[in-house]
Amino acid sequence: MIAQLFSLTTLIGVLTAGIRLATPYLYATIGETLGQRSGLVNLGVDGIMLMGAYAAFFVTFKTGNLVLGLLVATMVGGLLGLVMAFFSVTLRAEQGITGIGVYLFGLGMSNLLFRKTLGTVETVSGFPPIHIPFLSDIPVLGPIFFSHNILVYGAFALVPVSWFLLNKTTLGLKIRAVGDNPKAADSLGVSVAGVRYFTEIVGGMLEGIAGASLSIALLNVFQENLTSGMGFIAVALVYFGGWRSVGALAGAILFSMVNALQLWLQVIGIRIPPDFAIMMPYVLTIVVLAFTAQRVRAPAALSKPFERGEG
Amino acid sequence: MDTKRGILLLMVFATLFLLVGCPSAPSPTPMPTATPTTPPKPFRVAVVMPSAINDLAFSQSMYDALVAIQNKMGKDKFEFAYSDGMFVVDDAAAAIRDYATKGYDLVIAHGSQYGSSLVEIAPDFPNTSFAWGTTVDTFTDKGINNVFAYEARSEQGGYVLGVIAAKLSKSGVIGVIGPIETGDAKLYVDGFRAGVLATNPDAQVNVNWTGSFSDVALASEAAQTHINAGADTLTGTAQMVVGAIGVAKEKGVLWFGTQSDQASLAPNIVVACQVYDWTVVLDEMINLIKGGTRGGKAFAITLANKGLTIKYNPGYTVPDDVKSLASETIQGIVDGSISVKVE
Repeated sequence: MIAQLFSLTTLIGVLTAGIRLATPYLYATIGETLGQRSGLVNLGVDGIMLMGAYAAFFVTFKTGNLVLGLLVATMVGGLLGLVMAFFSVTLRAEQGITGIGVYLFGLGMSNLLFRKTLGTVETVSGFPPIHIPFLSDIPVLGPIFFSHNILVYGAFALVPVSWFLLNKTTLGLKIRAVGDNPKAADSLGVSVAGVRYFTEIVGGMLEGIAGASLSIALLNVFQENLTSGMGFIAVALVYFGGWRSVGALAGAILFSMVNALQLWLQVIGIRIPPDFAIMMPYVLTIVVLAFTAQRVRAPAALSKPFERGEG
Repeated sequence: MDTKRGILLLMVFATLFLLVGCPSAPSPTPMPTATPTTPPKPFRVAVVMPSAINDLAFSQSMYDALVAIQNKMGKDKFEFAYSDGMFVVDDAAAAIRDYATKGYDLVIAHGSQYGSSLVEIAPDFPNTSFAWGTTVDTFTDKGINNVFAYEARSEQGGYVLGVIAAKLSKSGVIGVIGPIETGDAKLYVDGFRAGVLATNPDAQVNVNWTGSFSDVALASEAAQTHINAGADTLTGTAQMVVGAIGVAKEKGVLWFGTQSDQASLAPNIVVACQVYDWTVVLDEMINLIKGGTRGGKAFAITLANKGLTIKYNPGYTVPDDVKSLASETIQGIVDGSISVKVE
């Protein structure tokens, strides 16, 4: 049994599953990271993911066009990001409460639309795995890294892209400035509201894609509450990753792989109680979070509304 | 924040919540609009259930039964209302009390998690009948006599499906995706495993529990894990299995379903499903209530009373010898020559 645990099949299985499972978390976590770097906490990620998942599924189901489905999910996500920004930036509402409002809206609305427009569980053929010549045929590495669909690769490509945006561009500098010291940024002529609208809308788009990656790439179904709380894990992974893209990647991969591992442990027949196995990824996330919390510093203006001439 | 902005915010929030329409709130959905009827007044049933009526699983099985009874008895003689998606037990309890207050003849709490709420509510409405499932506990030991109990002996159909699976599996490795190790899910998994091993003692039955009834993504990943571990035949239970069926379809492995007929999701690879039909149990309850008995009796759907049936997918051809073996197994369970042991 223990030997089976370290077999090649298990290893490939766990790593492949870890990469696959990490996909929705990566989109959502990086989306939320963008917003938080500019000082906005959005607890509505799960609701935005659900709306994105529903929109992508519905459009694909009706038209058979995956790209159109993905596009609509992105737009729906962006729109909800705009709503979130309107409340948090323009109305300066308490962000935690606003986020929960957006979550409940997404949960309820996606379910309502699901019932009214689909009525029952249906399936679509989602984005197929892409076979990359040579790379996909390499033993061991091929199945682990090069047997996935386009949205999986997109999620991983997003890590360097978002890192570059945040750290190497003027816009990234503005985002970080607004998140750390909006007063100073404002006095230098940076539009705090503009930057925050931007990050929240782009973040929403990514969260919409996160939902689409479930409904038209990984699972190819839609059901009420399809995400079952993934959006909240994504918010935790932002803290876990220390508000950095690479940290988000590490968190998403670790969480997913431990989840994949617990499924394998049960299949191999290692008799740990299933309840304990299921707890593993969550417990581990909390433990790592506890250690990282002291090391990294949150954006100083996180969750604080900005008003010119205040304080 | 100035007052004007505060008021605006409040208004937008109010609109938002109105839009959402609180789908999980106890808002009974009256199915048939009560057409002005002449006496005798119709028999009225209300049901509260944890997932959606179209989940292709637990909640749908009850909804389908109520629709069937209504079609049989006629809309003027039988009305029903339901609240679905009541995964929050507190909301469910409020809905149960609500229905009881509105004078329904029978209020069904369709979910084992609703039991403790029922213990508190039932005594307050001695003239209303309640039903609780899946369980065998009618609370008569607590002095309550207006609660019926019902359960599904899902290990029986699970055993039959296990026999078929063992015959059809070429690799001899069969994967089972379970939600939480309790109730009819546990019975089904135990029965299925027993059926496989009785038919092919060398077969390997791998089980993994996801810890959730609704986590579609984890169910999908559990199916991937089974297939990577060599399984060519899968089964599973609860509404999350739609994720696993998707994987089975993509990878071309066989699927056995339970609770509802799932063939529509993957017409090429679903072999057979154990279908729950609660009408037998509900018919008996309704007759008892009409005769003045309000509770205290436990019911079960079984292969023998046809509350459980094995439904083959017409799109998948099962060899005749396997089909006849399955029929013999069903007969054996019905006449008692095969007893399905659960752990």
